[in-house]
Order: sequence, then structure tokens, then C-alpha cells
Amino acid sequence: MSNLAFALRGVNAAVSGTFALREVSFELPSGYVMGLIGANGAGKTTAIRCLLGMRAIDGGEIELLGHPVPGPVALRQEVGVVLDHTYLVGDWRLAQVERALRPFYERWDGDRYRGLLDEFGLDLRAKVKDLSRGMAIKLTIAVALSHHARLLVFDEPTSGLDPVARDELVGIIGDFLLDAGHSVLFSTHITTDLDRVGDYLTLIHDGRIVRTGTKDDILDAYRIVRAGPDDLNDLVGVELIGVRRTSTVTQALVCTDEAGLLGADVLIEPPSLEEIAVHIGAPAGRRKETV
Amino acid sequence: MRVVLSNGAGAPLYQQIKDQVGAAILSGDLAEGSALPSVRALARDLRISIITTTRAYAELAAEGFIATVPGKGAYVLPLDSALVREQLLRKVEDGLQTALDAARQAGLRRDDLIQMLDGLIAAAHLEEVRS
Repeated sequence: MSNLAFALRGVNAAVSGTFALREVSFELPSGYVMGLIGANGAGKTTAIRCLLGMRAIDGGEIELLGHPVPGPVALRQEVGVVLDHTYLVGDWRLAQVERALRPFYERWDGDRYRGLLDEFGLDLRAKVKDLSRGMAIKLTIAVALSHHARLLVFDEPTSGLDPVARDELVGIIGDFLLDAGHSVLFSTHITTDLDRVGDYLTLIHDGRIVRTGTKDDILDAYRIVRAGPDDLNDLVGVELIGVRRTSTVTQALVCTDEAGLLGADVLIEPPSLEEIAVHIGAPAGRRKETV
Repeated sequence: MRVVLSNGAGAPLYQQIKDQVGAAILSGDLAEGSALPSVRALARDLRISIITTTRAYAELAAEGFIATVPGKGAYVLPLDSALVREQLLRKVEDGLQTALDAARQAGLRRDDLIQMLDGLIAAAHLEEVRS
């Protein structure tokens, strides 16, 4: 059996005339958390939809929990999905949610469902449409855990959540991962959630994977450079990623192995995850400048 | 087990865990045979990545402080006397270095220092005899 929670290998998928996933490859070993980071429109949701077999691909291959995608229907049992909208009917009460979903899952665990709702502070008599964003997310997590999913996939789970609810979500993910056979993928543009809990990161921009690996490897791969407004002009072989020039300072992200070429009079520091995300996601006009 | 991580500290998180658990073992707060939480439980409790806790435990194991049991957890190994001695020697060295730095600022010479040290040793000896 494969030791990967999932893998995308050379995936191409045309979305519109102007946007497509191009040669997208990344994978997650079982038992860990991966953050998929990119600006709005970078291709995070498309990549997730391809992974889950919700969208056809034009090339490449996808593996999910040891099966090719599209794969056996039973695979659905093993994956819990939290999208940025709810698929549940607004007028359902939470007790009805269970009755509606239970027939679709072989291993539905009603005691666990009610136990989780209780733990999450959700009332069985509440209606889906009356739940706050944070409560709705907890409901979908409760559903996923009740059918014993081994992989949880969240699309932008933290957007629209207040800091307390985000922290609670991080705790729920930690509980889920106590089982080494469980894995989590979540997409986000809020990098602070991932600073600490993320094991692996994948940076996506404009439908392409910019970099993927362990969080430490990604942080080590880049340096942030700050210099005067007229500096960083006559260098050869250094790519300035997302360079921003103002009348007082020039700031850019560079690959660590190129940072040595920058000379002594510039400030070179390890970047935060947020700085990496900002520079990689910068608009095309100033994203790259090879000087 | 007590682990308190600082966000602002220069040391990476795995290093902070390693240092604190190592210190607790050396001081006897964590006795031989004590069970440590699994890397996953520790990651959950500290809200950090599993890779980070795994690395901290791996280094503690490599230095002979703990043994890890795959899928279960980890426990404290009997203190290796050579290891303890090594740690104690380092502590003595650090203390003497601090004293030296202060002595230099105060303008003390070698003879003054040796005299002071002899005095301290004699006082400690006297204390021991009395008790």
C-alpha cells in the first residue's frame, strides 16, 4: 500500500480560456498536515476539485489514499470534505442531517456524530441555515469524522472565522492527527494558521506549483532582501520575486542559493511565511524581474 | 512533562523542546522510565507541526536521553553517567567563564582569582564538616 495520503503528478486541467492548472505535482505522506497556499485565483480550489475527482483532468495522474482518481465509489467514505460553502439543506435540523447522510456511508457512527455535536456546542435541534460560519464548519467536520474519514480536505476553512474559532479548528485538526493514518490538506490565504501546525506546504501561483516540501525546507529556500531605492539594479543571475520599489526602499524575495550574489550593502533575512506568500502571489507585472 | 515554547526566542521550536525536556531529565524532574507523550499528542498540545516534535524526539533519542517506541510514545532512559558528567563539566566551565568575564571587568589578576577560589573551596569544606 502506498504511504501517501494523496499525490498529483503532472496534472493539467483547463478551466477557462485564460486559466489552467499546468503540470501540477505535489504529494502528502500519510499522517501529516499540508497547507496549500496561494492568492485568490491561484488555482487552490481547482487543484482540490481535481484531487477529489470533482473535475476532469486533461493530463497527468492523481492518487488518493492508495487508489487512482477517478476511483472506486467507496473512496468517498474515506475522505471528509469541507468546502467554502455548505452542501446541506438550510431547513434541515442537525438531527435530520444525520438521517439524510447516514444511508450514504457504510461506517456511519451515530454516537460519534452526537458526541461531536455536543463537544462542539451544536444543538441537534438547530437548523443548518441558522449556524454561524464557524458552527457550519464544525458541523461538516463532525459529519466527516462520523463516517471515519482518513483524509480531511478543507478549502479555505479559516476565511470568515474569528481568531478564537480558527484556534479551535487547529485544535480539532490536532486531535484528528493523533491517529498516524489520518492526514489533512487545507488551502488558505491566511498563512498565520500554518506557521506552526503545517508539516508540508505547497505554494501555488497562476495554476503552477511554485514550490512544495516541508515547511522548514520552504522557509529555508527563500530570503527576503531589503535595500535602497537604487540598489539591486546591476546584478546578474538573481531573480527578484515580487519586487517592490518605492522612493525609500526596494524589497524582494530571492532564492537562498542566489542571495550570496547580492553584495554586502543589502539586508538579507529569513522570510516569514506571509512574506513568501505575498511576494510569490504578487501581480504578474512585478512578480519577476531578473536583474 | 512541562514544555513552554517562546515565539520570540531565537531558538527554533524543536530546539526549545529538546532543551527543556533534556534539562528536566538531567535535573531528575523526569525520572528514568517516565512516559513522554507521543509526538502526535505533543504536537497537538503545543499546536505545532508533527515534523517539529518528531525532530525534537529524534535528537533526544540520538543523545541517549529517551527511547521512542513507534506508534506508542517515548520514555526516559536511565541517565548515562558519562553523559551526566559531560553536562556537569559544561556547567562548571560556563560558571568559570562567567566569573572570568566579571574578573576582567573588575581588573582582577590570576593570583587574586586563585585566592578567591581557594577561599570558596575552604568555606564549602568548613560548611560540610559542620553539617
